[in-house]
Amino acid sequence: MVATLKELAAKEDKLSPGHRLCAGCGASVVARMILNASTLPVVVASATGCMEVSTTIFPYTSWRSSFIHNAFENSGATMSGVEAAYRALKRKGKMKDEFNFVAFGGDGGTFDIGLQSLSGAFERGHRMLYVCYDNEAYMNTGIQRSGATPMGAWTTTSEVGKKQAGKIQHRKDLTGIMAAHGGYVAQASPSNWRDLVKKAEKAFAFDGPSFINVLAPCPRGWRFPSEQTIEFARLAVETCYWPLFEVEGGKYKINVKPKTKKPVTEWLKPQGRFKHLFKDVNADKLDELQKFVDDQWDRLLALESACRLD
Amino acid sequence: MTKWNYKGIKAKDLPKGAVIPEGGTAADYETGGWRTKHPVLDKEKCINCLFCYAFCPDSSVIVENGKVVGFDLKHCKGCGICAFECPKDAINMEDE
Repeated sequence: MVATLKELAAKEDKLSPGHRLCAGCGASVVARMILNASTLPVVVASATGCMEVSTTIFPYTSWRSSFIHNAFENSGATMSGVEAAYRALKRKGKMKDEFNFVAFGGDGGTFDIGLQSLSGAFERGHRMLYVCYDNEAYMNTGIQRSGATPMGAWTTTSEVGKKQAGKIQHRKDLTGIMAAHGGYVAQASPSNWRDLVKKAEKAFAFDGPSFINVLAPCPRGWRFPSEQTIEFARLAVETCYWPLFEVEGGKYKINVKPKTKKPVTEWLKPQGRFKHLFKDVNADKLDELQKFVDDQWDRLLALESACRLD
Repeated sequence: MTKWNYKGIKAKDLPKGAVIPEGGTAADYETGGWRTKHPVLDKEKCINCLFCYAFCPDSSVIVENGKVVGFDLKHCKGCGICAFECPKDAINMEDE
Protein backbone atom coordinates (compact mmCIF):
# COMPACT_ATOMS: atom_id res chain seq x y z
CA MET A 1 0.00 0.00 0.00
CA VAL A 2 1.53 3.26 -1.12
CA ALA A 3 1.73 5.97 1.54
CA THR A 4 -0.48 9.01 0.87
CA LEU A 5 0.91 12.53 0.89
CA LYS A 6 -0.97 13.13 4.12
CA GLU A 7 0.83 10.21 5.74
CA LEU A 8 4.18 11.28 4.36
CA ALA A 9 3.68 14.88 5.50
CA ALA A 10 2.94 13.74 9.06
CA LYS A 11 6.55 12.60 9.44
CA GLU A 12 9.60 14.83 9.67
CA ASP A 13 11.55 15.00 6.41
CA LYS A 14 14.69 12.91 6.45
CA LEU A 15 16.41 15.63 4.40
CA SER A 16 16.35 18.90 6.29
CA PRO A 17 16.00 22.31 4.61
CA GLY A 18 18.94 24.70 4.67
CA HIS A 19 20.91 22.77 2.05
CA ARG A 20 22.59 24.90 -0.59
CA LEU A 21 21.08 23.26 -3.71
CA CYS A 22 19.79 25.78 -6.29
CA ALA A 23 16.24 27.11 -6.08
CA GLY A 24 14.01 24.68 -7.97
CA CYS A 25 16.51 21.80 -7.86
CA GLY A 26 15.03 18.48 -8.95
CA ALA A 27 17.54 16.39 -7.00
CA SER A 28 16.33 17.40 -3.54
CA VAL A 29 12.70 16.68 -4.51
CA VAL A 30 13.84 13.18 -5.52
CA ALA A 31 15.88 12.64 -2.33
CA ARG A 32 13.00 13.81 -0.10
CA MET A 33 10.47 11.53 -1.78
CA ILE A 34 12.72 8.46 -1.66
CA LEU A 35 13.82 8.92 1.95
CA ASN A 36 10.36 9.80 3.24
CA ALA A 37 9.10 6.54 1.72
CA SER A 38 11.28 4.63 4.20
CA THR A 39 9.53 3.56 7.39
CA LEU A 40 12.87 2.64 8.98
CA PRO A 41 15.76 4.98 9.81
CA VAL A 42 18.12 5.27 6.85
CA VAL A 43 21.86 5.18 6.37
CA VAL A 44 22.90 7.34 3.43
CA ALA A 45 26.00 7.50 1.28
CA SER A 46 26.51 9.91 -1.56
CA ALA A 47 28.91 10.15 -4.46
CA THR A 48 30.59 13.49 -5.01
CA GLY A 49 28.18 15.75 -6.83
CA CYS A 50 25.67 18.56 -6.40
CA MET A 51 23.82 16.73 -3.68
CA GLU A 52 26.88 15.83 -1.64
CA VAL A 53 28.59 19.23 -1.76
CA SER A 54 25.49 21.26 -0.98
CA THR A 55 24.02 19.11 1.78
CA THR A 56 27.17 18.60 3.85
CA ILE A 57 28.95 21.92 4.26
CA PHE A 58 30.64 21.76 7.68
CA PRO A 59 29.27 22.28 10.34
CA TYR A 60 25.95 21.83 8.56
CA THR A 61 24.43 18.60 7.33
CA SER A 62 20.97 18.20 5.83
CA TRP A 63 20.80 14.48 6.51
CA ARG A 64 18.73 13.57 9.54
CA SER A 65 20.44 10.18 9.49
CA SER A 66 23.90 8.68 9.34
CA PHE A 67 25.70 9.94 6.28
CA ILE A 68 28.97 8.96 4.69
CA HIS A 69 30.81 10.47 1.79
CA ASN A 70 33.91 8.81 0.46
CA ALA A 71 34.76 9.74 -3.11
CA PHE A 72 33.27 10.22 -6.55
CA GLU A 73 33.61 6.70 -7.90
CA ASN A 74 32.69 4.52 -4.97
CA SER A 75 29.37 5.26 -3.30
CA GLY A 76 28.26 1.75 -4.37
CA ALA A 77 31.34 0.20 -2.74
CA THR A 78 31.13 2.42 0.35
CA MET A 79 27.51 1.54 0.97
CA SER A 80 28.10 -2.17 0.40
CA GLY A 81 30.86 -2.01 3.04
CA VAL A 82 28.53 -0.28 5.48
CA GLU A 83 25.81 -2.85 4.84
CA ALA A 84 28.25 -5.77 5.22
CA ALA A 85 29.58 -4.33 8.51
CA TYR A 86 26.01 -3.93 9.75
CA ARG A 87 25.21 -7.55 8.92
CA ALA A 88 28.36 -8.72 10.75
CA LEU A 89 27.46 -6.67 13.86
CA LYS A 90 23.94 -8.02 13.79
CA ARG A 91 25.15 -11.60 13.47
CA LYS A 92 27.38 -11.10 16.54
CA GLY A 93 24.45 -9.65 18.45
CA LYS A 94 26.07 -6.22 18.79
CA MET A 95 23.31 -4.40 16.94
CA LYS A 96 19.57 -4.93 16.93
CA ASP A 97 18.08 -1.92 15.11
CA GLU A 98 16.81 -2.17 11.54
CA PHE A 99 17.95 0.23 8.83
CA ASN A 100 17.51 0.90 5.15
CA PHE A 101 20.71 1.55 3.24
CA VAL A 102 20.58 4.14 0.47
CA ALA A 103 23.31 5.43 -1.82
CA PHE A 104 22.80 8.52 -3.96
CA GLY A 105 24.77 9.41 -7.03
CA GLY A 106 24.32 11.90 -9.81
CA ASP A 107 24.55 10.79 -13.42
CA GLY A 108 28.29 11.57 -13.41
CA GLY A 109 28.83 9.44 -10.31
CA THR A 110 26.66 6.64 -11.67
CA PHE A 111 26.68 6.48 -15.49
CA ASP A 112 30.39 7.24 -15.78
CA ILE A 113 32.63 7.34 -12.74
CA GLY A 114 30.86 5.07 -10.26
CA LEU A 115 29.59 2.40 -12.65
CA GLN A 116 32.17 -0.22 -11.60
CA SER A 117 31.48 0.05 -7.87
CA LEU A 118 27.72 -0.01 -8.46
CA SER A 119 28.10 -3.06 -10.69
CA GLY A 120 30.16 -4.79 -7.99
CA ALA A 121 27.64 -4.00 -5.27
CA PHE A 122 24.88 -5.53 -7.41
CA GLU A 123 26.88 -8.62 -8.23
CA ARG A 124 27.61 -9.22 -4.52
CA GLY A 125 23.92 -8.79 -3.77
CA HIS A 126 24.02 -6.28 -0.91
CA ARG A 127 20.67 -5.28 0.50
CA MET A 128 20.81 -1.63 -0.49
CA LEU A 129 19.10 0.88 -2.72
CA TYR A 130 21.14 2.93 -5.15
CA VAL A 131 19.41 6.04 -6.47
CA CYS A 132 20.73 7.88 -9.49
CA TYR A 133 19.37 11.43 -9.71
CA ASP A 134 19.93 12.01 -13.38
CA ASN A 135 20.29 15.69 -14.28
CA GLU A 136 21.99 14.77 -17.54
CA ALA A 137 25.39 16.41 -17.12
CA TYR A 138 28.09 17.24 -14.56
CA MET A 139 26.10 20.14 -13.09
CA ASN A 140 28.16 20.56 -9.92
CA THR A 141 31.28 21.57 -11.82
CA GLY A 142 29.38 23.80 -14.24
CA ILE A 143 27.57 21.74 -16.89
CA GLN A 144 29.93 19.31 -18.61
CA ARG A 145 28.70 16.44 -20.78
CA SER A 146 28.25 13.01 -19.21
CA GLY A 147 27.17 9.58 -20.43
CA ALA A 148 23.62 10.66 -19.60
CA THR A 149 23.55 13.86 -21.67
CA PRO A 150 21.14 13.47 -24.60
CA MET A 151 22.35 13.94 -28.15
CA GLY A 152 22.20 17.54 -29.32
CA ALA A 153 22.34 19.09 -25.85
CA TRP A 154 24.61 22.04 -25.30
CA THR A 155 27.09 21.73 -22.42
CA THR A 156 30.41 23.50 -21.84
CA THR A 157 32.21 20.45 -23.25
CA SER A 158 29.80 19.79 -26.12
CA GLU A 159 29.68 23.23 -27.68
CA VAL A 160 27.48 24.57 -30.41
CA GLY A 161 29.09 25.99 -33.54
CA LYS A 162 29.64 25.42 -37.24
CA LYS A 163 31.22 21.97 -36.82
CA GLN A 164 29.08 20.63 -34.01
CA ALA A 165 25.55 21.10 -32.69
CA GLY A 166 25.83 20.07 -29.05
CA LYS A 167 26.64 16.54 -27.92
CA ILE A 168 27.32 14.17 -30.82
CA GLN A 169 26.53 10.84 -29.15
CA HIS A 170 23.29 9.48 -27.71
CA ARG A 171 22.92 8.83 -23.97
CA LYS A 172 23.54 5.34 -22.63
CA ASP A 173 20.77 3.13 -21.32
CA LEU A 174 21.90 2.78 -17.72
CA THR A 175 18.60 1.37 -16.45
CA GLY A 176 18.98 -1.40 -19.04
CA ILE A 177 22.56 -2.04 -17.93
CA MET A 178 21.44 -2.34 -14.31
CA ALA A 179 18.47 -4.54 -15.27
CA ALA A 180 20.97 -6.96 -16.81
CA HIS A 181 22.51 -7.35 -13.32
CA GLY A 182 19.27 -8.65 -11.76
CA GLY A 183 17.81 -7.33 -8.51
CA TYR A 184 15.04 -4.73 -8.50
CA VAL A 185 15.55 -2.01 -11.11
CA ALA A 186 13.22 0.87 -11.92
CA GLN A 187 13.07 4.17 -13.72
CA ALA A 188 10.99 6.97 -12.18
CA SER A 189 10.23 10.66 -12.31
CA PRO A 190 9.41 13.14 -9.49
CA SER A 191 6.37 14.34 -11.48
CA ASN A 192 4.72 10.94 -10.86
CA TRP A 193 5.27 11.03 -7.11
CA ARG A 194 3.00 8.08 -6.32
CA ASP A 195 4.89 5.87 -8.77
CA LEU A 196 8.22 7.05 -7.33
CA VAL A 197 7.18 6.46 -3.70
CA LYS A 198 5.83 3.02 -4.62
CA LYS A 199 9.10 2.08 -6.30
CA ALA A 200 11.08 3.30 -3.29
CA GLU A 201 8.87 1.24 -0.95
CA LYS A 202 9.32 -1.80 -3.19
CA ALA A 203 13.08 -1.31 -3.23
CA PHE A 204 13.26 -1.02 0.56
CA ALA A 205 11.22 -4.21 0.93
CA PHE A 206 13.33 -6.09 -1.64
CA ASP A 207 15.78 -8.59 -0.17
CA GLY A 208 18.73 -7.74 -2.36
CA PRO A 209 20.20 -4.89 -4.39
CA SER A 210 17.91 -2.34 -6.00
CA PHE A 211 18.45 0.58 -8.32
CA ILE A 212 16.17 3.47 -9.21
CA ASN A 213 17.07 5.89 -11.96
CA VAL A 214 15.19 9.16 -11.42
CA LEU A 215 15.11 12.12 -13.75
CA ALA A 216 16.08 15.30 -11.88
CA PRO A 217 15.56 18.36 -14.10
CA CYS A 218 18.17 21.08 -13.54
CA PRO A 219 17.00 24.69 -14.10
CA ARG A 220 20.58 26.01 -14.41
CA GLY A 221 21.96 23.33 -16.71
CA TRP A 222 18.89 22.76 -18.87
CA ARG A 223 18.22 26.50 -19.07
CA PHE A 224 14.60 26.86 -17.95
CA PRO A 225 12.84 28.89 -15.21
CA SER A 226 13.11 27.35 -11.74
CA GLU A 227 9.36 26.91 -11.21
CA GLN A 228 9.07 24.44 -14.14
CA THR A 229 11.25 21.64 -12.74
CA ILE A 230 8.37 19.22 -12.20
CA GLU A 231 6.75 20.24 -15.49
CA PHE A 232 9.89 19.19 -17.40
CA ALA A 233 9.94 15.87 -15.56
CA ARG A 234 6.28 15.42 -16.55
CA LEU A 235 6.89 16.32 -20.21
CA ALA A 236 9.77 13.84 -20.34
CA VAL A 237 7.32 11.11 -19.30
CA GLU A 238 4.54 12.25 -21.64
CA THR A 239 6.87 12.34 -24.65
CA CYS A 240 8.21 8.86 -23.74
CA TYR A 241 11.71 10.35 -23.56
CA TRP A 242 11.78 9.10 -19.96
CA PRO A 243 9.57 5.99 -19.78
CA LEU A 244 8.51 4.85 -16.31
CA PHE A 245 9.12 1.13 -15.95
CA GLU A 246 10.41 -1.46 -13.55
CA VAL A 247 12.25 -4.76 -13.92
CA GLU A 248 11.62 -7.41 -11.32
CA GLY A 249 13.01 -10.93 -11.65
CA GLY A 250 14.06 -10.06 -15.20
CA LYS A 251 10.52 -9.09 -16.18
CA TYR A 252 9.83 -5.67 -17.66
CA LYS A 253 6.70 -3.76 -16.70
CA ILE A 254 5.84 -0.32 -18.05
CA ASN A 255 4.09 1.67 -15.31
CA VAL A 256 2.85 4.65 -17.29
CA LYS A 257 1.68 4.51 -20.90
CA PRO A 258 0.71 8.01 -22.08
CA LYS A 259 -2.64 8.06 -23.88
CA THR A 260 -1.20 10.25 -26.58
CA LYS A 261 2.55 10.21 -27.06
CA LYS A 262 3.60 13.85 -27.41
CA PRO A 263 6.33 14.73 -29.92
CA VAL A 264 9.72 15.01 -28.21
CA THR A 265 10.02 18.61 -29.44
CA GLU A 266 7.50 19.64 -26.77
CA TRP A 267 10.06 18.66 -24.16
CA LEU A 268 13.07 19.98 -26.11
CA LYS A 269 11.83 23.36 -27.29
CA PRO A 270 11.41 25.23 -23.98
CA GLN A 271 14.92 24.19 -22.86
CA GLY A 272 17.75 26.61 -23.60
CA ARG A 273 20.27 23.78 -24.02
CA PHE A 274 18.42 22.59 -27.16
CA LYS A 275 17.77 26.07 -28.62
CA HIS A 276 20.14 25.57 -31.59
CA LEU A 277 18.31 22.40 -32.68
CA PHE A 278 15.37 24.52 -33.82
CA LYS A 279 17.39 26.25 -36.55
CA ASP A 280 16.79 24.86 -40.05
CA VAL A 281 20.33 23.48 -40.38
CA ASN A 282 19.75 21.12 -37.47
CA ALA A 283 16.35 19.75 -38.51
CA ASP A 284 17.89 16.30 -39.02
CA LYS A 285 19.00 16.26 -35.38
CA LEU A 286 15.40 16.65 -34.21
CA ASP A 287 14.35 13.75 -36.44
CA GLU A 288 17.19 11.66 -35.06
CA LEU A 289 16.17 12.43 -31.47
CA GLN A 290 12.55 11.54 -32.21
CA LYS A 291 13.70 8.27 -33.76
CA PHE A 292 15.85 7.53 -30.72
CA VAL A 293 12.85 8.06 -28.43
CA ASP A 294 10.52 6.00 -30.67
CA ASP A 295 13.01 3.11 -30.90
CA GLN A 296 13.55 3.13 -27.13
CA TRP A 297 9.78 3.08 -26.51
CA ASP A 298 9.11 0.33 -29.09
CA ARG A 299 11.90 -1.77 -27.59
CA LEU A 300 10.38 -1.38 -24.12
CA LEU A 301 6.93 -2.37 -25.37
CA ALA A 302 8.46 -5.42 -27.05
CA LEU A 303 10.35 -6.34 -23.87
CA GLU A 304 7.19 -6.02 -21.82
CA SER A 305 5.11 -8.20 -24.12
CA ALA A 306 7.94 -10.77 -24.37
CA CYS A 307 7.93 -11.02 -20.57
CA ARG A 308 4.18 -11.66 -20.55
CA LEU A 309 4.37 -14.70 -22.82
CA ASP A 310 5.73 -17.29 -20.42
CA MET B 1 17.95 24.55 17.06
CA THR B 2 20.43 21.73 17.18
CA LYS B 3 21.93 20.37 20.37
CA TRP B 4 25.53 20.32 19.16
CA ASN B 5 27.00 23.73 19.97
CA TYR B 6 29.34 24.53 17.10
CA LYS B 7 29.07 28.34 17.26
CA GLY B 8 32.46 29.84 18.10
CA ILE B 9 34.00 26.36 18.42
CA LYS B 10 37.83 26.35 18.54
CA ALA B 11 39.79 24.40 15.93
CA LYS B 12 41.27 22.06 18.57
CA ASP B 13 37.78 21.15 19.77
CA LEU B 14 36.47 20.19 16.34
CA PRO B 15 35.56 16.52 15.90
CA LYS B 16 38.21 14.46 14.09
CA GLY B 17 37.77 13.83 10.38
CA ALA B 18 35.27 16.69 9.98
CA VAL B 19 32.59 14.47 11.47
CA ILE B 20 29.34 16.28 12.14
CA PRO B 21 28.07 14.68 15.37
CA GLU B 22 24.41 15.48 14.81
CA GLY B 23 22.04 15.11 11.84
CA GLY B 24 19.98 17.87 10.28
CA THR B 25 22.07 20.83 11.51
CA ALA B 26 21.51 22.55 8.14
CA ALA B 27 18.06 23.55 9.40
CA ASP B 28 19.90 26.26 11.38
CA TYR B 29 21.19 27.74 8.13
CA GLU B 30 19.05 30.39 6.48
CA THR B 31 18.56 30.12 2.72
CA GLY B 32 15.53 32.43 2.63
CA GLY B 33 17.76 35.36 1.70
CA TRP B 34 18.19 33.93 -1.82
CA ARG B 35 14.57 34.74 -2.58
CA THR B 36 13.23 37.50 -4.81
CA LYS B 37 9.61 36.31 -4.56
CA HIS B 38 7.78 34.51 -1.80
CA PRO B 39 4.71 32.25 -1.93
CA VAL B 40 1.40 33.47 -0.50
CA LEU B 41 -1.38 30.97 0.19
CA ASP B 42 -5.05 31.65 -0.48
CA LYS B 43 -6.71 29.35 2.05
CA GLU B 44 -10.13 29.80 0.40
CA LYS B 45 -8.92 28.17 -2.82
CA CYS B 46 -6.63 25.53 -1.23
CA ILE B 47 -7.98 21.96 -1.33
CA ASN B 48 -5.03 20.51 0.65
CA CYS B 49 -3.94 18.14 -2.13
CA LEU B 50 -0.41 18.63 -0.73
CA PHE B 51 1.25 18.66 -4.18
CA CYS B 52 3.12 21.77 -3.01
CA TYR B 53 4.47 19.76 -0.08
CA ALA B 54 5.50 16.88 -2.35
CA PHE B 55 7.27 19.03 -4.94
CA CYS B 56 9.04 21.54 -2.66
CA PRO B 57 12.82 21.12 -2.99
CA ASP B 58 13.41 22.85 0.36
CA SER B 59 10.83 21.15 2.61
CA SER B 60 9.36 24.62 3.14
CA VAL B 61 5.64 23.88 2.95
CA ILE B 62 4.35 23.57 6.51
CA VAL B 63 1.68 20.87 6.86
CA GLU B 64 -0.25 20.33 10.08
CA ASN B 65 -2.84 17.56 10.41
CA GLY B 66 -2.92 17.09 6.65
CA LYS B 67 -3.54 20.78 5.92
CA VAL B 68 -1.22 23.39 4.41
CA VAL B 69 -0.82 26.10 7.03
CA GLY B 70 1.96 28.22 5.56
CA PHE B 71 5.53 28.40 4.33
CA ASP B 72 8.89 28.21 6.07
CA LEU B 73 10.30 31.54 4.86
CA LYS B 74 13.61 30.97 6.64
CA HIS B 75 14.40 28.27 4.07
CA CYS B 76 12.14 28.93 1.05
CA LYS B 77 14.32 29.94 -1.90
CA GLY B 78 11.38 31.26 -3.90
CA CYS B 79 11.71 28.82 -6.82
CA GLY B 80 7.94 28.98 -7.44
CA ILE B 81 7.35 25.25 -8.03
CA CYS B 82 4.48 25.26 -5.46
CA ALA B 83 2.64 28.08 -7.27
CA PHE B 84 3.26 26.51 -10.70
CA GLU B 85 2.09 23.04 -9.68
CA CYS B 86 -0.95 24.12 -7.63
CA PRO B 87 -4.03 22.75 -9.43
CA LYS B 88 -6.29 25.46 -7.92
CA ASP B 89 -3.98 28.49 -8.30
CA ALA B 90 -4.14 28.92 -4.55
CA ILE B 91 -0.50 30.01 -4.31
CA ASN B 92 0.78 33.31 -5.65
CA MET B 93 4.38 34.41 -5.88
CA GLU B 94 4.69 37.98 -4.60
CA ASP B 95 7.72 40.29 -4.63
CA GLU B 96 9.73 40.49 -1.42
